[in-house]
Amino acid sequence: MHELSVCQALIREVEALAREHEARLVEQIVVRLGPLSGVEAHLLQQAYPLACAGTVAESAELVVEAVPIRVECKSCGAETEAKANRLLCGECGDWRTRLVGGDEMVLASVSMMTGTEH
Amino acid sequence: MCDTCGCNVTHGNAHLVQAGGKLEKTEQGRESLTVLKNLLSENDHQAGHNREHFDRRGILAVNLMSSPGAGKTALLESTIDALNGEYKVAVIEGDLETENDAERIRKRGVEAIQISTGSACHLDAHMVHDALHHMDLNGLDIVFIENVGNLVCPASFDLGQHRNITLLSVPEGDDKPAKYPVMFRAADLVLLTKADLLPVLDDFQPQRAERYLRELANDAPVLHTSVRSGAGVEQWLAWLGTELTAQRQRLAQGETARPAVQPEGATLHAGEHGGHHHPHHHLHHHD
Repeated sequence: MHELSVCQALIREVEALAREHEARLVEQIVVRLGPLSGVEAHLLQQAYPLACAGTVAESAELVVEAVPIRVECKSCGAETEAKANRLLCGECGDWRTRLVGGDEMVLASVSMMTGTEH
Repeated sequence: MCDTCGCNVTHGNAHLVQAGGKLEKTEQGRESLTVLKNLLSENDHQAGHNREHFDRRGILAVNLMSSPGAGKTALLESTIDALNGEYKVAVIEGDLETENDAERIRKRGVEAIQISTGSACHLDAHMVHDALHHMDLNGLDIVFIENVGNLVCPASFDLGQHRNITLLSVPEGDDKPAKYPVMFRAADLVLLTKADLLPVLDDFQPQRAERYLRELANDAPVLHTSVRSGAGVEQWLAWLGTELTAQRQRLAQGETARPAVQPEGATLHAGEHGGHHHPHHHLHHHD
């Protein structure tokens, strides 16, 4: 439900970057999302056309890269993949772990066209 | 700042910043820009500002999150009564519509500001900031922010609070932490509310709820409370007292605190406001 808010924030960010780089058109936006960010990739994709309409990013492709959940065990030190609701160490099973990846909600890169049109 | 200093490079994104640098010109007139910025950085910036408002006045800000009807407002009502003026508190209420909750709080003699979010399913830092400008923060000890009843969206937005409390009411079922991991991972304290119903709703097993919470690698304490019977209220007030003291001690050393787990954005920007670069560990331990 809050994906529209997130998408609007994303577009504001992209618009600012486009202004800064004097871009006339944004071609592609790459976002990296982890399952523990609280944002759903497909809902973000659905909200995107609403958020980008009428902006410099109107025709841009939104690419969402999924980031896996990884935890580092505080007991045995192993770094393993985990599920969103079972952040246990994949080696020793201890629950005392630290999340090292999977909560990202990051604007990774923006491709844009600058200069004048030919 | 954090966008350029490289402190936001993690295992997950490191490959994006290697070779080629920040900006890569691919062909004539086409630029590919590596950004690595949290999508909610605007919100997080505002949240940092809100935290400064609280910190400057020695206030502890607590964010209450739960499903609708888990008893957030009832908890606040009984908290205000039980505190009996020991701390000066104020409440920010978030709901889609109505002033009902703020009115309930005001009847207890405490200032309450209602934020009507319209259709928004969560509070954000800008809404809280607007509310702060309608409040007299001077002399306050604790500000409670009662978030919109929702176990999903509120967990993604930093408001400037120091601690997150998630309420789980017994009628909701003991597997909520497994179903809503983002929310329960964010809790610094879990209150098992309506605990007086445990004998009737005996399929709710508190140990199971707690096990699901631990499986989220969260060592937050779990308190059983009932505003009807008064059970657990004393421990809850003790927790608040400990947190307030800890907040004042931190401020005396020029530090602040964030909830133990914050959305990525808040940690990316942790260095901006002179606070710690890492979330503080709990000052309380679960046994």
